Amino acid sequence: MNKTAVKMTVNGQAVEGKAEPRLLLIHFLRDELGLTGPHVGCETSHCGACTVDLDGKSVKSCTVFAVQAEGANITTVEGMANADGSLSALQEGFMQEHGLQCGYCTPGMIMRAHRLLQENPNPSEAEIRMGIAGNLCRCTGYQNIVKAVRYAADKLNGQREAAE
Amino acid sequence: MSDTTEMTLEQREATIGGIGCSRRRKEDIRFIQGKGNYVDDVKLPGQVFGDFVRSPHAHARIKSIDTEKSKALPGVLAVLTADDLKPLNLHWMPTLAGDSQAVLADEKVHFQNQEVAFVIGEDRYAVSDGVQAVEVDYEDLPALVDPKRALAKDAPVLREDVAAKDNVGQGPRKHPNHIFTWDIGDKGETDQAFSGAAVTVKEEIFYHRVHPCPLEPCGCVASMDKIKGELTLYGTFQAPHVIRTVVSLISGLPEHKIRVIAPDIGGGFGNKVGAYAGYVCATVATIVLGRPVKWVESRIDNLSTTSFARDYHMTGELAADKDGRITGLRVNVLADHGAFNSHAQPSKWPAGFFNIVTGSYDIPAAYVSVDGVYTNKAPGGVAYRCSFRVTEASYLIERMIDVLAQKVGVDKAEIRLRNFVKPEQFPYKSCLDWEYDSGDYHTALNKVLDAVGYKALREEQAEKRKRGELMGIGFATFTEIVGAGPSRNCDILGIGMFDSCEIRIHPTGSAVARLGTKSQGQGHETTYAQIIATELGLPSDDITVEEGDTDTAPYGLGTYGSRSTPVAGAAAAQAARKIRAKAQKIAAHMLEVAEGDLEWEIDRFKVKGLPEKTATMKQIAFAAYQSVPEGLEPGLEAVNYYDPPNFTYPFGAYLCVVDVDRLTGEVKVRRFYALDDCGTRINPMIIEGQVHGGLAEAFGIAMGQELTFDENGNIQGASLMDYFLPTAVETPVWETDHTVTPSPHHPIGAKGVGESPNVGGVSAISNAVVDAFAHLGVTHMPMPHTPWRVWKQCEALGIGE
Ligand code: FES
Ligand code: FES
Repeated sequence: MNKTAVKMTVNGQAVEGKAEPRLLLIHFLRDELGLTGPHVGCETSHCGACTVDLDGKSVKSCTVFAVQAEGANITTVEGMANADGSLSALQEGFMQEHGLQCGYCTPGMIMRAHRLLQENPNPSEAEIRMGIAGNLCRCTGYQNIVKAVRYAADKLNGQREAAE
Repeated sequence: MSDTTEMTLEQREATIGGIGCSRRRKEDIRFIQGKGNYVDDVKLPGQVFGDFVRSPHAHARIKSIDTEKSKALPGVLAVLTADDLKPLNLHWMPTLAGDSQAVLADEKVHFQNQEVAFVIGEDRYAVSDGVQAVEVDYEDLPALVDPKRALAKDAPVLREDVAAKDNVGQGPRKHPNHIFTWDIGDKGETDQAFSGAAVTVKEEIFYHRVHPCPLEPCGCVASMDKIKGELTLYGTFQAPHVIRTVVSLISGLPEHKIRVIAPDIGGGFGNKVGAYAGYVCATVATIVLGRPVKWVESRIDNLSTTSFARDYHMTGELAADKDGRITGLRVNVLADHGAFNSHAQPSKWPAGFFNIVTGSYDIPAAYVSVDGVYTNKAPGGVAYRCSFRVTEASYLIERMIDVLAQKVGVDKAEIRLRNFVKPEQFPYKSCLDWEYDSGDYHTALNKVLDAVGYKALREEQAEKRKRGELMGIGFATFTEIVGAGPSRNCDILGIGMFDSCEIRIHPTGSAVARLGTKSQGQGHETTYAQIIATELGLPSDDITVEEGDTDTAPYGLGTYGSRSTPVAGAAAAQAARKIRAKAQKIAAHMLEVAEGDLEWEIDRFKVKGLPEKTATMKQIAFAAYQSVPEGLEPGLEAVNYYDPPNFTYPFGAYLCVVDVDRLTGEVKVRRFYALDDCGTRINPMIIEGQVHGGLAEAFGIAMGQELTFDENGNIQGASLMDYFLPTAVETPVWETDHTVTPSPHHPIGAKGVGESPNVGGVSAISNAVVDAFAHLGVTHMPMPHTPWRVWKQCEALGIGE
């Protein structure tokens, strides 16, 4: 099948590649760019393991064609660390609150939680649960994921207050 | 002499970070940065892909397979069918249960989505095209879906390949669709208990067909180096060493030319114990093509083909005196094993550990009989987060004791307290032949009753019932049996179910430990290091734990059935103790005293009576490579293969409170209190995480998960659109608690915990739902308790509107 040139910004870097029209964004990220943080758990947009941030929205990259992401600005879990290389508040929160076990859902969860906290910096427990409802985890029972997101919210809010 | 001499004892303990501390996990740092290495992340030079053509029919004869169009497509490299595998004798493979299983359908298909051909191509998309283009001509046959019909005279014969055999690996058969009969217990004594009983109860209890559905599906990358004649197989293997032996036995490649690597695994829960057709086909394909071949199943493939769990049609009966003291238990089971008897389990018994069915109760007489049959469904099964058939057994007894309580009018907590094995009876020999190592069931349940304010809950329930509202309180006071297992009871392919640990201490006092198990999220890199840290007095941080590479790790039987801590954890402690024994000799030499003059303290040996004369483990490590006493080999390492003397028997007391909306059938879990006793606790944070996760899985099973089939054997809802995986919104909040009753035979007293919450959780939730209807005369409601079914129950009782 004919391939089309695609360009996008991924984790702050301009990237180019060639893609068949039917190539899914998740496969472009994983197979072409070698970004294996986002995972495939279903390919039917139910599990959220493939979640990335695309132009300021959480998207399931198994349900987006690579060519649809032409010109987009994408962040994957590999782009989540702070500018100085230290762990972001969310990454730290997942580790401190034991918000992961097998780690397969984690990159998607972190990306979804990242967008959630942009939209709602101070979410209640119910809002966190609703906010991550598109991301399945088979290991943790979610309780510690909720805590991890709360940990990050508190840390980021603290930093914001200190800066003001 | 040491960098830790100025520290207090507490500070030194804290530096070690050993058993009992909730240290953060070593594995997290890679996962939170997207740097895990799961099988689909493996990318070898020249790698190609493979995928299956699958049968749309549940039962059909294959008239012809035309692969020409497929092979002509750009990017398609080869298509394999059973006929291609036949010359290699790989079109069928043996199962652990003594049956055989088709790798690619040979003349017939026996379940929907069965593997019919394997297409190999340059990339995933070319392979999809190739799969579409294979033309298979089928002659549809009547499907056998209901196991209760399997043994009928006029039932269609499924397995023509074994129809004439009087044994398919597990004893005599009585019908071409029959696999085995297994019974245990004293039938006469049990019958007697029933005939003289003041009270008897009986209930049909079906444990439905479910699937472990880890978030990462199964897959592998097989790579043959034709020059060296070496095969490397990466895959989602809960038991990599066993896979190596199996591959060697069925492929004929010598075992030393095979390297099996289980990289990071995205959850297993039993799904990744078995050997699947994809592994075999990818292996054949790499041998044929000389290029690495990757196979990763889709979610639909996963749910419909690689392993299922349960599908047990049980009839339970209890006999008791008028106060509800149980005098006898009788259980009959019809087990639906699907198309091939390929259950992945290590015991010598066809129903695994089902005879733990007497549970936590002191039952004098019991008799169990299980019949396994073939149906046109995916083969299996596996133990979905439990020891094989333990969840079924526990569900049966936990349901039945509630049925009995209702019959005799005794409170459901009280009837348990009356029947529990008493603390002074341990080690307790059950009438079905287990020897429970330790337990204190009364303390556990009483602690839960106090913590939740049980009396007040029952009062609230009584009030609500007066108002026509439905509230249920459910218990599970279960006993698990884990740590498979003593080699007299358990083996795989004749290999005893030991596990292993090899520890090497480096000169500067850090270490690497390699074990025969394989974590799928349980946190072994952290917890094994904690065990070794405590035993050797070296900081957890300085101990690297490796698993999953058969070239480096010692042989072990893998991770399932909560066996890692009971077996490999024991091996870790024993290997460390060997090292400490040698270290003591070196320390005596360093300090110029006799070995017996030394005592161990956290991280060092001290000369008795001369507390300032010490040698820390770190110092000893260096000395081991520099100046060992005469007659002693240099170096500091050890390996231990641990064959456990017995299983371990973790237990728990769970309480669940539900509110049921009689107009919608919706069940809300208002409270769930889980007390677990897994003996010595290595890392409480990880234990709690395991309990949360297991309970969430139990909630899914009890409330919605089910694989069903229509009358033609079409699987219904094998995608995440239909198969219920709870999200954060439905999942209840879990309260956890514990007691500690160490295992007397385990080196550190630990029992294993990962599966207890699944075993206990399902019963507690289901019991709570039924309890909400108990005052209306309801004794049992089949799982899963979906709103529709619960509402149907309300409707039948005339309270649905
Ligand atoms: S893989 Fe994209 S949602 Fe599951
Ligand atoms: S940590 Fe395993 S799926 Fe979430």
